[in-house]
Amino acid sequence: MAAITSRLARARVRLARRRTWWLAGLVLVALVYPYVVRPYQLSLAIEVLIFAIFAMSLDILLGYTGLVSFGHAAFFGLGAYLVAYTTLGVTNNLLVTLPVVVAGTALAALVAGFFAIRTSGIYFLMVTLAFAQMLFSIAIRWSSVTGGSDGLSGVARPAIGLGPLSYTFDSRTSFYYLVLAFFIFSWWFLRRVVDSPFGWALRGIRENEQRMLALGYNTFRYKMAAFVIAGVFAGVAGMLLTQFFRHAAPENLYWTTSGQVMIMLIVGGTGTLTGPVLGAAVIRLLPNYLSTYTDRWQTVLGLTFILFVLFAPRGIMGLWERFRQRGENREHSAD
Amino acid sequence: METLIIQLLNGLVFSMLLFTMAAGLSLIFGQMDVINLAHGSFYLLGGYIGLTMVRRLGSFWLALVVAPLVVGALGLALEYFFLRRLYGRHRHLDQVLFTFGLALIAADLIRWNWGAYVESVPPPELLSGQIPVFTVQFPVYRLSLIAVGVTLALGLGLLLERTRIGAIIRAGVADAEMVSALGIDIHKVFAGVFALGVALAALAGVLGAPVLNLYPGLDFEILILTLVVVVVGGLGTLRGAFFGSLLIGMADTFGKAFLPEFALFLIFAVMAVVLLLRPSGLFGLEGT
Repeated sequence: MAAITSRLARARVRLARRRTWWLAGLVLVALVYPYVVRPYQLSLAIEVLIFAIFAMSLDILLGYTGLVSFGHAAFFGLGAYLVAYTTLGVTNNLLVTLPVVVAGTALAALVAGFFAIRTSGIYFLMVTLAFAQMLFSIAIRWSSVTGGSDGLSGVARPAIGLGPLSYTFDSRTSFYYLVLAFFIFSWWFLRRVVDSPFGWALRGIRENEQRMLALGYNTFRYKMAAFVIAGVFAGVAGMLLTQFFRHAAPENLYWTTSGQVMIMLIVGGTGTLTGPVLGAAVIRLLPNYLSTYTDRWQTVLGLTFILFVLFAPRGIMGLWERFRQRGENREHSAD
Repeated sequence: METLIIQLLNGLVFSMLLFTMAAGLSLIFGQMDVINLAHGSFYLLGGYIGLTMVRRLGSFWLALVVAPLVVGALGLALEYFFLRRLYGRHRHLDQVLFTFGLALIAADLIRWNWGAYVESVPPPELLSGQIPVFTVQFPVYRLSLIAVGVTLALGLGLLLERTRIGAIIRAGVADAEMVSALGIDIHKVFAGVFALGVALAALAGVLGAPVLNLYPGLDFEILILTLVVVVVGGLGTLRGAFFGSLLIGMADTFGKAFLPEFALFLIFAVMAVVLLLRPSGLFGLEGT
């Protein structure tokens, strides 16, 4: 018995060590990346990392808590407009803009969540979608504040620090490192969240909310917390995209943006946190290669999505899992 | 006073269009537990098919018949080849995602085929012009839309309440498995209801074209309002769709007339209040 336990423990340590090596290797590649690629590929990487943060935030809701939000762009776009407004009106200092974005999106998530979380299933989906479209319509119509359909442009890249000791992330490479830092923090933080007892309570709610209620969990509060965390990280992603393009657009709030991040998540694989990162990469890079062959890339995107929904509902991660298991089975039968 | 009457009539017109949409969406949901996120796309597709028929053949009446038939047939095919694979409780999310993928493809293909411009469709000759209503002049076509909406509501009500097919559909809403156990081919019922629902959306598209015009993006504008209607009215009931449409149609019309910047905000406020008081909508069944 003791022998088995120690063997298991050793195997676990070996696995963890292997994972650490993998992660260290990936981080190293990410660090030298700007020096080996062309500027255009660096831009693509920046976009992929930003959308990866966005898709991971949706995974907290959809993958781990089972709350299907079709309006996640609401928080993405809100982050975009908040940072644009603050940068244009006050300062581009991250020490100011980041707290504004975090507080603003958290507050919006609390308000929207207060209504949306009372509902469940289909109703939740419709309420979140309607909430995002409401923000979109305000962004389009209230042009004196939001710049109407043009959005807000001329947003400066962010700076950090105080007085003479400040640094502006003006160059593409420096901004890439800023985004990379945000991405690594988000990945680490969200991983911590889903592996914590709180994260397991969220999975419990996804599987059987009635049982969690019976066990004495205040599921409303748990779902609310998940909604706020997801909203804040989506807002930060929107902030980064705006700082990158120096522009906040109403499209950031539009259903197509909610749809795109949903597709990234489903194609990558829900409830894995790694899946959405892969999905963000695939879905963000696909149009670049497809547009050489066809103008109908949105159709191709839709078809890809439908094929995944029909035949591989657990996404790339699910396919990978199946592939690996098949390999293992073959090894076993060879024994 | 006159603006008030005009807006009231406009609100009624818009409500009836919304009802035509919401009735289909609600029927499909009630029967198959599917929220059809491509419902707005079927509206727009119906409208554009109508536009092409009006341009090529010059007949609005023909468009009114053909567009719903074509779109209904398309719905039948989609149900048979794809949606049918996704029935069963654990694939609930997949059904929604499938219709969402459809909406994405439809938006792209419609823009490809019909362009990105705003297209207007003239109302049929017979119903052009204006007639006096109380103290104002109001377009005949818009008035007739109110009549069509009310007729449709009564017709659908009779179909559901008084016919054998209606009884089967209502039984299916209550418990599809039981209906199936009683020897009725529930798959045929599902396919029929889905086709009827999307045909209604296409009908709304043709009817609404002379009032709202046709342009890319209208699919989701209409879808959002229809979703709000069924949330407010309660999913799966015809009465909910009717009164929800009246409430949202009026709120939208008056909001756009008097508070144009916050029209959708007003609608959202209405929805929020309803959800606070009755989480399953005004006429929704408890526990759904």
